[in-house]
Amino acid sequence: MTRKFSLLLLIALAGAGAVLLFGQADIIADIFGKTGKPALAVTDLRGSGSQEFMNAFNSTLFNDLQSSGLFDMRAKSLFPLNNPQRPEDIRSSDNNQGYALSDWAAAPVNASHLVFGYTAAVNGTLVLYGNVDDTRQTDPQAASLMAQRYVGSLDEAGAIKAAHEFANDIIQKFGGTGSLLGSRIYFISDRGMGQYKSEIWAMDWDGKNQTRLTTLNAQATFPSVSPDGSRLAFTLLDTGKQPHIVMIDTQTRRQLPFYNQEASVNMTASFSPDGNQIYYASTAAGGDAQIYAAGIDGKGFRRVSVRRGIEVEPKVNPKNPNQLLMSAGPGQEQIYMMNADGVGVDRLTNGEGEAAGPAWHPDGQHIAFSWTRGYAAGDWNIFVMDVGSRQFVQLTHSEGKNENPVWAPDGRHLVFASTRSGKSQIYTMLADGTDVKQLTFQGTNKTPVWGIR
Amino acid sequence: MGNKVTMKIFDRGSLALSFALILFASACSKKPPVAPAPPPAPSQPAATAPAAPQRPQITFTIEPSSVERGQTAVMRWNVTNATGVSIDNGIGTVPATGTRNLNPTATMTYRLSATGPGGDASATATVTIVAPPPPPPPAPRAAPQATLESRLGDLKDALFDYDSNNIRDDARGVLTANAEALKKIFADFPNASILVEGHCDERGSAEYNLGLGDRRATAARDFLVQLGVPAAKLKTISYGKERPLCTESNEGCWQSNRRAHFSVGQ
Repeated sequence: MTRKFSLLLLIALAGAGAVLLFGQADIIADIFGKTGKPALAVTDLRGSGSQEFMNAFNSTLFNDLQSSGLFDMRAKSLFPLNNPQRPEDIRSSDNNQGYALSDWAAAPVNASHLVFGYTAAVNGTLVLYGNVDDTRQTDPQAASLMAQRYVGSLDEAGAIKAAHEFANDIIQKFGGTGSLLGSRIYFISDRGMGQYKSEIWAMDWDGKNQTRLTTLNAQATFPSVSPDGSRLAFTLLDTGKQPHIVMIDTQTRRQLPFYNQEASVNMTASFSPDGNQIYYASTAAGGDAQIYAAGIDGKGFRRVSVRRGIEVEPKVNPKNPNQLLMSAGPGQEQIYMMNADGVGVDRLTNGEGEAAGPAWHPDGQHIAFSWTRGYAAGDWNIFVMDVGSRQFVQLTHSEGKNENPVWAPDGRHLVFASTRSGKSQIYTMLADGTDVKQLTFQGTNKTPVWGIR
Repeated sequence: MGNKVTMKIFDRGSLALSFALILFASACSKKPPVAPAPPPAPSQPAATAPAAPQRPQITFTIEPSSVERGQTAVMRWNVTNATGVSIDNGIGTVPATGTRNLNPTATMTYRLSATGPGGDASATATVTIVAPPPPPPPAPRAAPQATLESRLGDLKDALFDYDSNNIRDDARGVLTANAEALKKIFADFPNASILVEGHCDERGSAEYNLGLGDRRATAARDFLVQLGVPAAKLKTISYGKERPLCTESNEGCWQSNRRAHFSVGQ
């Protein structure tokens, strides 16, 4: 299995493949299938009465589109001197002055699509007129893919909001399977705390608005977010108290009832795709921790698996509630898959090294996980595997320890923890391992998960 | 006051008489006052009626009325106007007047019954057993009474192989010594509870290590219980790799972290 083949497989399935599988009839299959990523020329928009906010607007729009990983972003330095601001500005030809779509389709820009528009202050609000045209169409009517109006407050925040919304619609238009806009990353942090303490924190998907959610004065860890983003389940370690599961509301931050079985350990809870079941690991039967399922309040629990070896981190397939991932022994920790009734246990990793932290891609076909394959014990790297073929690709290469990868709702980004800059911090990257961004800098930050809100 | 009045009434020449009177009055006040006469005795109808036989009169005591077990109390009685006197609780018929030594083992109430021509009468007397005062506190032990925390120094960590909860030979020795130390600790601190903590090194995943730490704590606990340490006094807890003893990344440090450690329970 070559890296090139893996990446091709990944991009095909994570992007266009998802569209094919779920039947979204759009231009996307054509774009991805024949010419690879769309080549976007994103012009710098200007503002009428709102020009002072346009630097923030333009950088936000460009960054959102670039970090989606969906596009070949064409360099602005290659652009013609002029560009249309309104659809009616477009001419059929103008000798490369920039007002004809063909000016953008041709060398040196070689863009398949042109993003243009403008903003204006209208009655004290900022209005964005945003357009995307297909540069290869000669008929301006047929060329228009998007012509949308967006409204924000007449300040920098309003301009950034409009840019996020415009970018998000473009991403959706080109087959993005989910949106990062409004999504949040939950993680644990010890910043400002003493030894053996950590609390649950939340931040926007781009690292902004970092907020502490819990005040437990203990060691909270292994968070999991419900599919609708309304609840968090996590494991609490406290001096002299056996590890147990705690549930909170992400909005009110209040603790919700969760029944812990009588056991020396209850841990690593996660939600079923419908949000109504909790899967977790417990030593309730004595011996090794094993997988259990229960209602959202912890009651009505039942044992899922009965086997030898420590079992942790159950994760239900978002597209198939009868399929569970887990990391487990016996022997060195590996990734396993099994049915929700505990039968059909199947090892996915090949037994090399240790493998942990499995996370389903929203398509239910791919997983991300951490693995020490090819390195010494404890040297974790992020891998992505196609569950059907068991083929895998390695995304990090021993830049510190890289652990706990979790997919973004868009299926194109991963969040993970890495020690590459010293203490463990939270990073995001595209699913091909590029565009790595560090989101946290204070204290030690670990075990991220990505919620839709 | 009265004397001054007297001096005003009498002239200078009668001062000597006055003085004599004062002396006389002073002399009189030193005598005991004369008790008033008792009231006349009420007329006694019995004195005139024919004498009827009187009921028995009883005096019945136990002195002292409270004794400690093993001490002696003396029962005394004196009965008049009686033809027959008896005391219960196994003493039986007794003379009208008498004493008896008692060695009570429990609080006991005796009833003296008397019969006579004037009727029957009875009286009770009780001897109470009181608890002896508490003994003085025991003499301080020869060995210094260390705190429970300091006694934990007697307990050594049991070490494990990587990704294993097997009790190694060296851990057997450690745990066997710990079992003896724990028995002594529980003898000196009967209410103590000890926490068996399971720890791991930094290399495995945090999630898996929380399960592995639990297995190590349980393995150490089970071994101690086999050696006679009461299971109810040992509670297990897993800290996984979250509370390392040593934070360097080398085998010496990792080995010291792969351990079952002992601390004070709650």
